[in-house]
Amino acid sequence: MLRYALNRLALSLPTLLLVSAAVFLLIRLVPGDPVVLMLGDQADPQQIADMRAAMGLDRSIFVQYGLWLLHALGGDLGRSTTNDLPVLPLVLSRFQVTATIVFAAVAIAALIAIPIGTIAAWKQNTKADFAIVSGATLLLSIPSFWLGLLMLLLFGLKLGWVPVVGYVSFSENAFQAALYIVLPVVTLTLIEIGILTRMARAAAIDVLRLEFVAHARAKGLREGKVLRRHVLPNAFAPTLTLIGIVLGNLLGGVAVIETVFTLPGLGRLLVDGIYARDYPVVQGCMLFIATIYVVVNLLVDLAYPLFDPRVTAA
Amino acid sequence: MARIPLKANALIGGLLVGGTLLMAATSVVWTPRNPLAVALRQRLKPPSPDFWLGTDEVGRDVLSRIMAGAGTSVMVAGLAVLAAVLLGSTLGLIAGFLRGWVDRALMGINDALLAFPGILLALGLMAVIGASQWGIVLALGLAYAPTVARVVRGAVLSIREREFVEASRSIGNGEGYTMWRHVLPNTASPVIVLATSMFGWAILAESALSFLGLGVPPPAPTWGNMLAAARPYMESAVWLSLAPGLCIALTLLGVNLLGDALRDRLDPRSTER
Amino acid sequence: MRQPLLDIQGLRVTAAGGRIVAVDGISFHVEAGEILAVVGESGSGKTATGRAVIGLLPPGLTCSGGAIRFRGEDLLAASSSRIREFRGAEIGMVFQEPMVSLNPAMTIGAQMEEGMALHTALSRAEIRAACIAMLKRVQIRDPEQCLAAYPHEFSGGMRQRIMLASVMMLKPALLIADEPTTALDTLSQREILDLMVGLARDEGTAVLLITHNLGLVARYADRAIVMQRGRIVEEGEARSLLASPQQAYTQALVDALPRRLPRIRRQSEGTPVLEARALEVQYGGRQRLFRRTPGVKAVNGVDLAIYPGETVALVGGSGSGKTTLGRAMLRLVEPTGGQLLFRGEDITRAKGEAYRRFRLACQIVFQDPYSSLDPRQRIGSIVMEPLRHEPGISQAEKRERVLKTFEDVGLPGFEDRFPHQLSGGQRQRVAIARAIVRHPALVVADEPVSALDMTVQKQILTLFRRLQQERGFACLFVSHDLAAVEEVADRVIVMQQGKLVEEGDRDGIFDCPRHPYTRALLEAAPRLEAIA
Repeated sequence: MLRYALNRLALSLPTLLLVSAAVFLLIRLVPGDPVVLMLGDQADPQQIADMRAAMGLDRSIFVQYGLWLLHALGGDLGRSTTNDLPVLPLVLSRFQVTATIVFAAVAIAALIAIPIGTIAAWKQNTKADFAIVSGATLLLSIPSFWLGLLMLLLFGLKLGWVPVVGYVSFSENAFQAALYIVLPVVTLTLIEIGILTRMARAAAIDVLRLEFVAHARAKGLREGKVLRRHVLPNAFAPTLTLIGIVLGNLLGGVAVIETVFTLPGLGRLLVDGIYARDYPVVQGCMLFIATIYVVVNLLVDLAYPLFDPRVTAA
Repeated sequence: MARIPLKANALIGGLLVGGTLLMAATSVVWTPRNPLAVALRQRLKPPSPDFWLGTDEVGRDVLSRIMAGAGTSVMVAGLAVLAAVLLGSTLGLIAGFLRGWVDRALMGINDALLAFPGILLALGLMAVIGASQWGIVLALGLAYAPTVARVVRGAVLSIREREFVEASRSIGNGEGYTMWRHVLPNTASPVIVLATSMFGWAILAESALSFLGLGVPPPAPTWGNMLAAARPYMESAVWLSLAPGLCIALTLLGVNLLGDALRDRLDPRSTER
Repeated sequence: MRQPLLDIQGLRVTAAGGRIVAVDGISFHVEAGEILAVVGESGSGKTATGRAVIGLLPPGLTCSGGAIRFRGEDLLAASSSRIREFRGAEIGMVFQEPMVSLNPAMTIGAQMEEGMALHTALSRAEIRAACIAMLKRVQIRDPEQCLAAYPHEFSGGMRQRIMLASVMMLKPALLIADEPTTALDTLSQREILDLMVGLARDEGTAVLLITHNLGLVARYADRAIVMQRGRIVEEGEARSLLASPQQAYTQALVDALPRRLPRIRRQSEGTPVLEARALEVQYGGRQRLFRRTPGVKAVNGVDLAIYPGETVALVGGSGSGKTTLGRAMLRLVEPTGGQLLFRGEDITRAKGEAYRRFRLACQIVFQDPYSSLDPRQRIGSIVMEPLRHEPGISQAEKRERVLKTFEDVGLPGFEDRFPHQLSGGQRQRVAIARAIVRHPALVVADEPVSALDMTVQKQILTLFRRLQQERGFACLFVSHDLAAVEEVADRVIVMQQGKLVEEGDRDGIFDCPRHPYTRALLEAAPRLEAIA
């Protein structure tokens, strides 16, 4: 068990290193001199030279990367070029908003989708299965931002149940905060239900095919018990891995939802950073999201043996 | 693994995707009106016999813009998938064929790129390349290539263990010939299934990027930037939000149904990811 | 009149709304305590029959007629909760695939206790004690530790013992065993079946033994039913049924059993076609992240010579290294030590012309005809492909040779089909055609018939022998199936853990085996002679 954990941990370190290198290099790919781009054409040569030195741009690319990585490890992701605020606290404060809606949506969606998907698999090729799969396919085909707009139109503008624009943090007013995030969470939840139901169904079908399920039935167990004790635990482990991937895609694509609902989240910070060519912010956001993704998948893999004892042996 | 009965699946999916493709193809040679022609006196007209889907905030014909948008979306998504498949297959084939340290190095980099959710990588690349049609093709192509590479490598590694590959060696065929003649053609099925899904992802990603203003820049119409432009008029001119959104949703539905049908047919044992 | 334990009347099992019939109105009965074998080839409906009795038909199949009376009560008319009372407690089932028939996420103990807790009123401690006692009965060495372990920690044979223990622990009146040992090698097969039949006799349990293997019927069953295409062809007392079958199909099945045919004794003389000297193949030894895994010698210093025209059988249990040796002789797996001589010339590491001559002259037929043919190639092109490397023949000559070879293997006019359009037997004929189209000097046949039905096995073996006589190639016949070996071999070589343990001509090995491993293999092999 410990060896497995250490192995898995050791494997994710090179990935993180390569991720950081990719983020670093990405910005270096920008055509033109980044300093000129940041300061504008009118900046005087002295100013540019100072900025270059401050950013370490006069040294070799490896040294630059090393320094950047060292700083990043120490929590220093640089300062925003638009408002001169340090990037890390900015990223962290925005991440709270994003994390709330993303994790809430995935958790709720998983709680609903896994039982439904398992039932669909159990009733495979019946009308109930057909209805569930059709519904799920329909849900996952709706673009999140469009669904969000429709939600806003219906519940915000027509019915007036929730505020349309703005955000209040939980620490200020929990009730108000909940009103602001309920629509984004519902929107994402609906779409994730579509994705996760199909995944859970596929995983459960793979398990139901195996002979040990017939063996469990041959013992005389009730169907409910067969599903709970034999099917769900075995279908859960692969589904968990997929949830990790879904979570990552959601973190990456959350910018559109935050735009629709004007939430001050991480995705919005990234997009605004791209508009403003605020490269330290862009780098910081991308590095942060990719790291969260890697860490989430690491946690999923570490949790895997709890559901599938074969893994530690491999 | 028959999901929705196979024929209905393929039929509905085919009709929806076919509709989008037809709209895209037609828009190249003909649209009811000029999708870019501004007519301020006609602004925000609801759907009518003259303007089947109404007009937008500067009086442009929504139907014409939807059709032109289909053209842009299909082209961008198609080229992006093509780029991803070409690049990814090449890398996957090299890794699966050579194995050893080449495989480990390529797949190490590949896994690192996979650690960026596709759309995040595309966002980052857009920051570098700048918002344009070709920018999106390049960004999405690069963002999806690692997934293709992983699938192709996996297929190559599993197919080369099959006995017919050993049989090819046993009759004296060289490694390169065996790869080309026996292994490569058998990786086609999973790649076709994946490419179909990817076409859907690319349509969605393109419209999301355009919605954020990081995709195809206005005034060229795409479904995504039409939705973004419709936002201020959401309440007063709801048709502006409905038409492009519905188009994206129906196209995605078609791609998903078609993907399921293809998967059942070509790749019966696979489970979806 | 005494009531039979299980009485099946006019049972029909159908799929797709009755359009496909798996079991077509069969009637039979099982007496308490007797062992009834249901024999048939694939597609006979034997598995569906067994599954129907316990109400666990695979999705898509339904019982559409007839009655299954267990102690007089019709199970097809019973409610599902009533059926659950029978399952496990009265009717137990042992499944075919031990690798997937235990839940990988639950300990052995939890899975064994499940049935006991459901059907008995015993306390947890009593259940645990019963489990341990039962595991001892099936000769599991450390039962206490076994209860806390997960299935993946055991081999296939061990898992099948555990499965048997957990089913027999409830002392069912009827045990359905569906090909319980098909997935195991000959030695474990014998052990498991002996255990199963012993337990059944002790507890007075009747057994419905579903199998394709007539040897098992002869050894274990009291009575037997022969099924073909969903119907019962013949029924009777097991031994007399096999000794004097009344129906043509049963006769064909019995005839399909390999038996020793008188062979013209071929002298092993001249220069060997292919010779291995102290051949070694070592696997593994890879540098892992934290440690270096030691290598495994799958083939450990083997000397073996094959002379022109003779058939040498290479036998051994699973893990004996016989398959690896077969591959290494053709350099499909590169030897890590020793020498390989082709017609007296050392080609162990040869490249270029010498290697090419060897490669063209030595061919292989694989075990699994489903994976040995490229699914995207027409079979004509599959058989044509070896001729690519044949120097100096025209396209028309190639084509002619391919057509001739198709005729020789009994598939005239099949060239334009794809592999998936053929049956397993037909595919194996294509594989043979591919191996012989270049008139090889040697063919390695790696378990060439073990994936096929009995009657098809017979046809393929007959074809192979005929081709060998006509074309005079030598053959290395790799097999775990001693019955088939007895039929085809001139000489037999026995392998255990990578080494040769015995070598001799066929009659010598089969009539007076010297090495204990050879004796164990022969003892375990189910042969019809047992009834004579």
